[in-house]
Amino acid sequence: MARPAPELLRYLRTLRRFWAASLAAELEYQANFVLELLAVSANLAGSLFTLSLFYGHGHDLGGWSWDAALVVLGLYTLLDGLTTTLLQPNLSTIVTHVRTGTLDFVLLKPIDSQFWLSARTFSPWGLPGLAAGAVLVVVAAVRAGARPDALHLVAAALLLVASALILYSLWFVLAATSIWFVKVWNATEVLRSALVAGRYPVSAYPAGLRLFFTVVLPVAFLTTVPAEAILGRASPLWVVSSLLVAAVALLISRWFWGFALRFYTSASS
Amino acid sequence: MPIIRAEGLSKTYRVADKQPGLLGTLRHFVARRSRDVPAVSEVSFAIEPGEIVGFLGPNGAGKTTTLKMLSGLIHPSAGTVEVAGCVPFRRQGRFLRQISLVMGQKQQLIWDLPPLDSLRVNAAVYGIEDAEAHRRIQELADMLELGDELTRPVRKLSLGERMKAELLAALLHRPAVLFLDEPTLGLDVNAQARVRRFLADINRRTGTTVLLTSHYMGDITALCPRVLLIHQGHLFFDGRLDALTERLTPCREVRLELAEPQPAAAFAPFGALESLEGRRVRLLIPQEQLTGAVARLLAMFAVLDLEVSEPPIEELIGRLFQQGVVG
Repeated sequence: MARPAPELLRYLRTLRRFWAASLAAELEYQANFVLELLAVSANLAGSLFTLSLFYGHGHDLGGWSWDAALVVLGLYTLLDGLTTTLLQPNLSTIVTHVRTGTLDFVLLKPIDSQFWLSARTFSPWGLPGLAAGAVLVVVAAVRAGARPDALHLVAAALLLVASALILYSLWFVLAATSIWFVKVWNATEVLRSALVAGRYPVSAYPAGLRLFFTVVLPVAFLTTVPAEAILGRASPLWVVSSLLVAAVALLISRWFWGFALRFYTSASS
Repeated sequence: MPIIRAEGLSKTYRVADKQPGLLGTLRHFVARRSRDVPAVSEVSFAIEPGEIVGFLGPNGAGKTTTLKMLSGLIHPSAGTVEVAGCVPFRRQGRFLRQISLVMGQKQQLIWDLPPLDSLRVNAAVYGIEDAEAHRRIQELADMLELGDELTRPVRKLSLGERMKAELLAALLHRPAVLFLDEPTLGLDVNAQARVRRFLADINRRTGTTVLLTSHYMGDITALCPRVLLIHQGHLFFDGRLDALTERLTPCREVRLELAEPQPAAAFAPFGALESLEGRRVRLLIPQEQLTGAVARLLAMFAVLDLEVSEPPIEELIGRLFQQGVVG
């Protein structure tokens, strides 16, 4: 037997193979690229239009300037791109694995099953969204006159990672419930719609919803908090709590997967 | 030392007890009741490295459940099991690298991609270096007579080609134990024969221990010197195949299509009447009386069509259990 490569290296090699294989599969359908580009443009145009309605008559949104609100919208577009690239294609597959029983193959591979299920596919069709989001964030931040120092940029980067992890964990836990309810696809759609709330700064919502989007469904941590950091006005308290929420969410997703698997392996036939 | 050891292995499923109909559904919704159904009870056996063992039994006998407990996919309710020195259910890396599972009705290969892409993924997962993986793929592909099928999308392969590619994917990491659940399901006779030849080959060359379930008696007779017979979750027979076939009355199944329907009693002298539907008749006739019986059948009735075949394993085993020869 060949000497086993160090674990991290093995996971990285596997990830490269995963994505190379899924790129090969996806690129068979070139028309998708054009369609996705159109969809991203239409979505973004729609959001911009809605946002402009709020600002049309000299109003603002929860104390956010137009350009600052665009940073939030940019971050939302970025996360939506991430969803299309990684979350949606991978986590919808969990349902298929459970329904067809091919989850068995995943469980018998000497690799972390949550890693396999979360990273197996890579869909390039979310890349236009990722790019558009990134451009919007930078342009809007510059226009808003943001002069973040190095510390704020580091905080922003950390918060972006945290928001991606929170989003991932929410999504993964929901997808993992397919072990019990094989048809959860609708539930993840509901989640995606709820996350649309993240297009706008959380302070734009009434107090009750604001609380909901912070504590129950942590939408605030997804876009508003990182946007504050990019605009150079993040409070340390928010940064720390955001990182904590991300860590807890990730741990919960891992624990929940273990719990779901124990159920799967004792009840399935 | 045995590579697989099961002692008092049992699995009980908890199933929902639901009455049919709307009322039953409502009642079930309000007050859930469930009961325990034993799938496997007190099964014990030991398998030595390099053996090929066949798992036999009617549908729902507990074959797949046992296989899944051995491969670590389900947790036994009671009893102990050890495979390759590990407890399967823990699914440690050391264990998973030593086993492989092939299922006839499920596939691990990526549907839209050529098998080679899935094989590369597997190589990375098992930490096999590129050059080594390439060599192994070449070697197994030669044995399986696979060529450019490996570079064609899986969805464009025939069922037989797909199963061969599945076997390749399952053996890339050179497992010590190979579990197969109905590996020849749905394959045509040629493909079945090729799969069997390959399994015998790989067992001889690498000493891989093979444990398979199959509906086709052909698979078992061609491959397995030893069989485990499971019925209603209990192990009824563990021994050499020839000892088992001696216990099974050697019968042939004769299917007839008659010009005119006949009463059931008309077939009593020939053998056991399996079914009678209008002009279609199925009979089980002891092998030594077969030629005589067929000649008499043709003489007595206006026969439109006649077919003689080996009765399906399910039926032989079913008869076996009815007669109470074992157990």
